[in-house]
Amino acid sequence: MKKENSSRQKETLIKVLKYIKPYRVLMALTILMATVSVTLTLYLPILTGNAVDMLESVGESFFWTRLYRILGKMAVVVLLTSLAQWIMSICNNKIVYNIIQDIRKKAFRKLEILPLKYMDAHSHGDIVSRVVADVDQFADGLLIGFTQLFTGVITIIGTLGFMLSVNVGITAVVVVITPVSLLVASFIAKKTFYMFKLQSETRGEQTTLINEVVGNQKVVQAFNREDETLEKFDEINGRLEKYSLRAIFFSSLTNPCTRFVNSLVYTGVGLTGALAVIRGALSVGQLTCFLSYANQYTKPFNEISGVITELQNALACAGRIFELIEEDAQIPDKEDAVVLKNVEGKVDLEHVAFSYTEDRKLIEDLNLHVKPGQRIAIVGPTGCGKTTIINLLMRFYDVDQGSIQVENTDIRDITRKSLRASYGMVLQDTWLKKGTIRDNIIVGMPDATEEEIVEAAKKSHAHSFIRRLPNGYDTVIGEDGGSLSQGQKQLLCITRVMLSLPPMLILDEATSSIDTRTEIRIQKAFASMMEGRTSFIVAHRLSTIQNADIILVMKDGHIIEQGNHEELLQKKGFYAELYNSQFALA
Amino acid sequence: MKGLLVYLKDYKKESILGPLFKLLEASFELIVPLVVASMIDVGIENGDKGYVIRMCLLMAALGLTGLISSVTAQFFAAKAAVGFATKLRHALFAHIQSLSFSNMDQQGTSTLITRMTSDINQLQSGVNMVLRLFLRSPFIVFGAMIMAFTVDVKAALIFMVVIPLLSIVVFGILLISIPMFGKVQNYLDQVLGTTRENLTGVRVIRAFGNEQEEIDKFDEQTDTLKQMQMVAAKISALMNPVTYIIINGGLMILIYTGAVRVEMGILTQGQVVALVNYMSQILVELVKLANLIITVTKAVACGNRVADVFQIQGGMAEYNQSFTEKERILAEGEKGTVTFEGVSMKYYEGGEEALTDITFHAAQGETIGVIGGTGSGKTSLVHLIPRFYDVEKGSVKVDGVDVRDYALTALRDKIGIVMQKAVLFKGTIRENLLWGNQNASDEELWQALKMAQAEEFVVNKNGKLDAVVEQEGRNLSGGQKQRLSIARALVKKPEILILDDSASALDYATDAKLRKAIKEMPGDTTVFIVSQRASSLMHADRIIVLDDGNIAGIGTHQQLLESCEIYQEIYYSQFEKRDQA
Repeated sequence: MKKENSSRQKETLIKVLKYIKPYRVLMALTILMATVSVTLTLYLPILTGNAVDMLESVGESFFWTRLYRILGKMAVVVLLTSLAQWIMSICNNKIVYNIIQDIRKKAFRKLEILPLKYMDAHSHGDIVSRVVADVDQFADGLLIGFTQLFTGVITIIGTLGFMLSVNVGITAVVVVITPVSLLVASFIAKKTFYMFKLQSETRGEQTTLINEVVGNQKVVQAFNREDETLEKFDEINGRLEKYSLRAIFFSSLTNPCTRFVNSLVYTGVGLTGALAVIRGALSVGQLTCFLSYANQYTKPFNEISGVITELQNALACAGRIFELIEEDAQIPDKEDAVVLKNVEGKVDLEHVAFSYTEDRKLIEDLNLHVKPGQRIAIVGPTGCGKTTIINLLMRFYDVDQGSIQVENTDIRDITRKSLRASYGMVLQDTWLKKGTIRDNIIVGMPDATEEEIVEAAKKSHAHSFIRRLPNGYDTVIGEDGGSLSQGQKQLLCITRVMLSLPPMLILDEATSSIDTRTEIRIQKAFASMMEGRTSFIVAHRLSTIQNADIILVMKDGHIIEQGNHEELLQKKGFYAELYNSQFALA
Repeated sequence: MKGLLVYLKDYKKESILGPLFKLLEASFELIVPLVVASMIDVGIENGDKGYVIRMCLLMAALGLTGLISSVTAQFFAAKAAVGFATKLRHALFAHIQSLSFSNMDQQGTSTLITRMTSDINQLQSGVNMVLRLFLRSPFIVFGAMIMAFTVDVKAALIFMVVIPLLSIVVFGILLISIPMFGKVQNYLDQVLGTTRENLTGVRVIRAFGNEQEEIDKFDEQTDTLKQMQMVAAKISALMNPVTYIIINGGLMILIYTGAVRVEMGILTQGQVVALVNYMSQILVELVKLANLIITVTKAVACGNRVADVFQIQGGMAEYNQSFTEKERILAEGEKGTVTFEGVSMKYYEGGEEALTDITFHAAQGETIGVIGGTGSGKTSLVHLIPRFYDVEKGSVKVDGVDVRDYALTALRDKIGIVMQKAVLFKGTIRENLLWGNQNASDEELWQALKMAQAEEFVVNKNGKLDAVVEQEGRNLSGGQKQRLSIARALVKKPEILILDDSASALDYATDAKLRKAIKEMPGDTTVFIVSQRASSLMHADRIIVLDDGNIAGIGTHQQLLESCEIYQEIYYSQFEKRDQA
């Protein structure tokens, strides 16, 4: 298991390197600058030490010239270090933000060509968080983690080198005490990890309860359940208090404990150093220099252990993004795919079989022959799979067997764009994008003139309400229609189709939640659109159903009856039962 | 924000002891450079090994006591912070439970949820940080400065220049970059919005062949985002190099001044080392302080958001004690009656009336249908019966007593309501049904399930009544949830049953069976059925037709079909005239 995990990590890492490749020059520069700034940072204490040593020779004739020389060196080192630091962070930012953008663009392009199957099967929140949050975390974590790891390692090596060059004995003291710090840190980290896990589990449990109860507060109050839910909440809250306290306390131990070990190192250096000075093996300046090394030497060790978890986390995020990017795209249009022209509205379904999952067969051997201008009503209880037909007609999904033909051409031999452009689709589940009313109307015809837009809106009975909005056609609406009523949203969606008015229609009648007046308008708009056009209607209204040329009756995803109103009534099957149930108690 | 501090009251001891122990640790830390200095000046100068060893033992002892006091401080701080958050969460949860429906409509439940969860978490870490650091960091900064002054006043003056300069730079950069990061967040929200739009609207976008346009839009948005990020990053990239220059510049000046003072014989070499040490301590602490300030600003913002929720008064005045014994007896005579007398209501102060001058009386055992378009006030009307909202004018009486004269729980116990949105809670089917009546027997539960047309699917579930219901009932279909929430209301055996468009996910046949079962329900339950479908309520004893908050007609189906224009309009839009044989 662990092995498999690490090989997957390796795979992800290789892919990550591919994204970094275009920025390899910047990357090299970053590494160079990191090396420069770390080395110089480490060199500075030596200079400080030298300066302190100079203080012993106060009064000598060469004192000031030498001191000035050291101070001058320090100034150069400081300036160079800060310059290197600055260049390094600019490079880092460039790399991070460019990679983020590259990956996002790639992921978004993928979204536009993924089969609908993927979108329907995955939670939208999850996909969005991959494109937004995961990409951020990955790039941040990876680069910051990487540079920290890199500078950490250089710091340790550099410090050791510098210390060795000054005095071997004291260096040995430092090296011997350091592992203690590491042991303490990793012991605490292990304990804390467990506590944090408990804490986040309990927190998750509590959030779930809060979501459920606060989100549905009205039901809770209607059933007088306030006290019981509060009791339940308090029980979880109490547990959370216990675990949080432990988690926070244990994790906050890391700092004091490592500080303590640090002070031990510091004391050790002070002791051996001072004794060495007395012996004459070391100067006071070198001792100061050692003390400041002792201060910064243990720090990178603590950081590195944190960085490694961060890197693993970043790789996990990267894995999730790559999963999305590498998802199979829909089958591209054939090279010789025809562009559908002069559509009259002849649609044929021959022996169509389709199912979303292999183990649950839905549509089997469906035959349907639609002449230009006919109306097909699809009826059945909610959730019976009426949208499946729409999915197949629009080629959002491909049939498993058989074929669907428009104007005698298999739709798989037609470009998706031209096939979809021949249908006008109005779904009950209205979708509007953030933008102006006008933006939303011209989706299908971006170059429509003002007259054409108003004309379409008038025909769809939307003009009167649009005119009354604060800025008319330029009123900005929020995501998903914002303040518009359901009926108004539906009218806008109809206007959108009305503007380009394709030769075939797919309509989805509203079941409820639209007021009568608007509903009558929508009916009228539908009627004027359907005039002379082949139309597929997911129908709830008896009048629509009765006037259809063909009625498809669906139940549990299957098409169980097919025919016109009279034929189906005579059959005394499911349709007849459905029809009669409306008058059951009359 | 200040109001929230009462929840720290029970942790007074911890809130005081925590910072104090922290101060203790800091003071020990401040002594270390002095020890080192005297080690150099006395021990090394005189070649006194014993003195050096004593000083080192002192340092180790200081480190150990520092460790102990710091651990104690952390414990107290964590205890106070966690306890504070726990108490606050409890209080907020209880407060939210007491909010009225109109409060919740105004707030929106999703913001209440974030305030309960992430805001309080932020607040908790803010309190913890403050208890640990708010005394320590300034103490070390000023302490080190004072210590420096005790070493040498003139040399210490350099501190007076470097510290303010550094503070200006650090906080200046923070001040400039924080609003910029806010902007970055806004652009990121746009990118997020477009991504989400492309998922929810994938069918429409592809139907209109708009994929390329969407890609262009997305590219433009990520470009602006990147640009803004770069600008913000450039500014914060200055932080490290500039502070580095200031710090080490100060150090160099310190060495130079130190040299001058040593030459004059005022300072010793060891004292210069001590000054250098103090300088680096201050610098480390200032960076910590900057982080602390960011956390505290965030925590205060979160605290204010939480405090805002507490500001909302539970809108429902508790019942009036005027409900006398005599009236109680009177009320017991009547059961299941509902009377509206000249009722008007508004959702918001100054808003439009959602209901205007509604008057009717429902007798025990009657079935009342309520029909009308969206926004006509159907739901508002039935929500007045369990007093989810208060009337503006007129009165609503249940069993002859004004609903405002009941204890809310007593009133709501009489009423079983099934809301438009069917919601179940995490647990089992049985637990959910028991919401209606804690003491119901299994037999009663099955009876309710049967009436609600839910028996069949519950029988087929693994574990039957003990079948697991996930959060909000998401492992059940819409129709199943609706039927279970109807059963839940039926378990209550209410005097008054309200079905608010609660059969919308059921097919016609099931809907009809459900209506039949409810009609044949034992006992004289008064039933209100709200629906958009004329077929669902044409068999009611009486139908109330609402239009824009007004009663457009009351009567039986036949009466309304003859006299009420709006009813005709609704009816004929759903049924063709020729079906009316």
